[in-house]
Amino acid sequence: MTTSPDAPRLSRRTLLEGGALMVGFALGDALAPVGALAQGAARSAAAAAATRILDPKEVDAYLAINGDGTVTVWCGKVDLGQGLRVAIPQIAADELGIGLDRITYVEGDTALTPDQGRTAGSYGIARGGMQIRQAAATARKALVERAAHRLGVPADELVAADGAVRPRTGGAGLTFAELIGGARFDLKLDPKAPLKDPESYTLVGKPLPRPDVPAKCTGTLTYMHDHTVPGMLHARVIRPASVGAHLVSVDESSVADLPGVRVVRIQDFLAVVAADEWTAIKAAGALKAQWSAGSGLPAQAELPALLRASPGTTEQVLTTKSSTDAAPPPEDARSLTATYFWPMQSHASIGPSCAIADVSAAGATIWTASQGTHGNQATFARFLGLPKDKVRLIYLDGAGCYGMNSHEDAAADAAVLSRAVGAPVRVQWSRQDELGWDPKGPPQLIDIAGTIDAAGYIRDWRTDMWIPENTRGLPSIPLLAPEAAGLPQTPGLNSGMISQNGDPPYRTGRMQVVAHWLKTAPLRPAPLRSPGKPANCFAVESFLDELAAAAVLDPLQLRLSGLTDQRGKAVVEKIAEMMSWEQRPSPGPNSDQPVGRGRGLAYIHYKHDEAHVAIGMEVAVERASGAIRVERVFCAHDCGQIVNPDGVRAQVEGSIIQTLSRVLKEEVTFDRERVTSVDWSSYSLLTFSEVPKLDIALIDRPTEPPLGAGEAACAPVAAALANAVFDATGARLRTVPFTPERVKAALGGQASMPRT
Amino acid sequence: MPRYDIRINGAARTIETSDPDQPLLYALRGLGLTATKFGCGLGRCGACNVLVDGQAVQSCMAPVASLEGKSVTTLEGLGTPANPHPLQAAFIAAQVPQCGYCTSGVIISAAALLGEKPKPSEAEIRTALDGNLCRCGTHVRVVRAVLAASGQEG
Repeated sequence: MTTSPDAPRLSRRTLLEGGALMVGFALGDALAPVGALAQGAARSAAAAAATRILDPKEVDAYLAINGDGTVTVWCGKVDLGQGLRVAIPQIAADELGIGLDRITYVEGDTALTPDQGRTAGSYGIARGGMQIRQAAATARKALVERAAHRLGVPADELVAADGAVRPRTGGAGLTFAELIGGARFDLKLDPKAPLKDPESYTLVGKPLPRPDVPAKCTGTLTYMHDHTVPGMLHARVIRPASVGAHLVSVDESSVADLPGVRVVRIQDFLAVVAADEWTAIKAAGALKAQWSAGSGLPAQAELPALLRASPGTTEQVLTTKSSTDAAPPPEDARSLTATYFWPMQSHASIGPSCAIADVSAAGATIWTASQGTHGNQATFARFLGLPKDKVRLIYLDGAGCYGMNSHEDAAADAAVLSRAVGAPVRVQWSRQDELGWDPKGPPQLIDIAGTIDAAGYIRDWRTDMWIPENTRGLPSIPLLAPEAAGLPQTPGLNSGMISQNGDPPYRTGRMQVVAHWLKTAPLRPAPLRSPGKPANCFAVESFLDELAAAAVLDPLQLRLSGLTDQRGKAVVEKIAEMMSWEQRPSPGPNSDQPVGRGRGLAYIHYKHDEAHVAIGMEVAVERASGAIRVERVFCAHDCGQIVNPDGVRAQVEGSIIQTLSRVLKEEVTFDRERVTSVDWSSYSLLTFSEVPKLDIALIDRPTEPPLGAGEAACAPVAAALANAVFDATGARLRTVPFTPERVKAALGGQASMPRT
Repeated sequence: MPRYDIRINGAARTIETSDPDQPLLYALRGLGLTATKFGCGLGRCGACNVLVDGQAVQSCMAPVASLEGKSVTTLEGLGTPANPHPLQAAFIAAQVPQCGYCTSGVIISAAALLGEKPKPSEAEIRTALDGNLCRCGTHVRVVRAVLAASGQEG
């Protein structure tokens, strides 16, 4: 599954040098220890921090040919477990013409790597990787031109391969080290520098193993949580008893019997600092503090209605298409309306957030698992009152984060505390803090109205979505520590691009998508994997099935008849083949049985111009209990050029399983004061026994641009499942999560619609 | 200060702590054995699992004092990059971890299972791992790797 027989095996050579993670590659035993070469390269890279070129328009920002002929690649995007640590070197090595074993890779350090934007939105390869491919192509062109000059051979008769430029016809050449070793390119990224013919790639397209996997399986990888700094203290932050509460008083004597504990209070920011972690934990539990009443939360059951009635909402027409057909709909046309709701959800990272900061008047160094080291530089500089160039953020692996969890909050906690106590401080959040206070995937309320005729033509369609707005120009999501401590930061909301894919990807007549932008959100929102798209695709692709059922049409054939995009058709046809799809309308023939079995599918053209994904599901639904058993999930996935097939497959597997968990189980619960889903009982995740079989078909298009694979497969999961449940039972689920209670209510004839 | 003699990864160790209620998790991490991860502190996620006399135990819930005279094995004690345990080798071959934060606890739970039942069925593997949470969605690969480590086709 993972490695093709001819793929070179890579050993891991990861190490921390000056805090920054370096990865080296070596041919041979996959379990070989850290090599001396990488250590040397790491030392030289760390020493080079002062002279690094960081301008993302410069080739030197991304790569260097070292004096010994090795290549260092610097990447501003970080590896969250999605495999950029091998995929980006695959891209760079292939485009440059050098073996992967000669590459040292440095990531996510504001002092060493260029700002390539947050590692988010499935853009790691599609944008970050393509910048590095263009840098490598520019560098290769320069190396070939230098060789042409020195060899007296026309450039078009030369080829760069295996770390040297040689005549195509053979004969003596010059190594990269001889051509430029140790010196800068001093070149801007040339968008016209020709890229290699994809057919000539020897690394791109291969399922090479990820270099950090052996360390993760043997406990030798230094995670953020494992990192230490000399003189480091341990802290716990005490969050308010209620959302929006102010700190009235603190009884420091309540922790007086714990050795060396220091209480830090800055306005509403409250923390305990100790020499060791267990003492800090005990102090956080023992500290007595009085909080004012909170600012109040809405009644959870009323949330959908409150979204719809939210004051000050602004409307924006996102998409509109008029119809040339002025004729009234035919007699046989059917018009439907439906409302769908997606609740607030947590990132639910397995490890609560952790960070270390070392702040002084001279500057700050912050170790963080943030997906946006560079983007946070200005934010942290502002609230710390330091110049931006004196704030260094260094990425270290954290527990999985899928957008923006509390990594940045923990880092801000540590920074505020380090400045207060004058020593490096490590902050570790608790489980209750993580589920209670991480920024949440926002709630989404979606209405759809549409008309279909007997032939399956969608004559008109309108989507209305009520969603928190994204504050224009917001540098980063407001963080808890500066907020509580009264330090400067820009207020606002950011949930990611949550309004995309509200339109059907099929031929329609009149069509309109309207966003009703909410000015507030009940809890602090943040992008959560595939922001907004799981909900929008849930609504759009469920409604398409509702139209299909109304017109008594096969839902897969209805999609194929409305699809004009050939790559979209290809993934839907692939699902039909994988599932041996039987043409018939839903619900299916056994939908009145005690255990109904059914199938369903959904499709998305992700963000309208990225991956094409179709997902099919086979489910069993027990009418008496309302329990859904997802038995099998099929996925046909076209993300353009595949750089690392095993990496893409792992991302698709993760997207499907994680989203199934969100759809079947997850909802942030709250009372009028605080979040109440703060542990794994009240916020539960899919378990091993509940994970279905997965059957994934990757469609590789080597000559097309890579489109990103980190999240597109999340989007169709909910609709495919809802459609399969409808096929199995005749009951339509329109509110996530699909709990047994909701299934039973839908089976009992109550529409699974939120109260509005 | 109270001292507790515990065998850790085959070596006799003495843990000194003023607090006998201190969970084993923090003692281990204090010794530099950081493979064992803090996940919830509530015994509900499995990230901190270690083997105690061959049984999977949540180290966040096990007071140091309760380990006196017992034998603790962490992920580091199962194998090393140069000499991995069959489960570690299978997890590497299957490229199981994504973020990898849950991996230590998952491998420990699987080791406990294989200690009791060398050739478990797929259903038995899943049941044995139901106390281990994974957020990245690596479950299918985990099951395949455990089957492979037990000499069964995944």
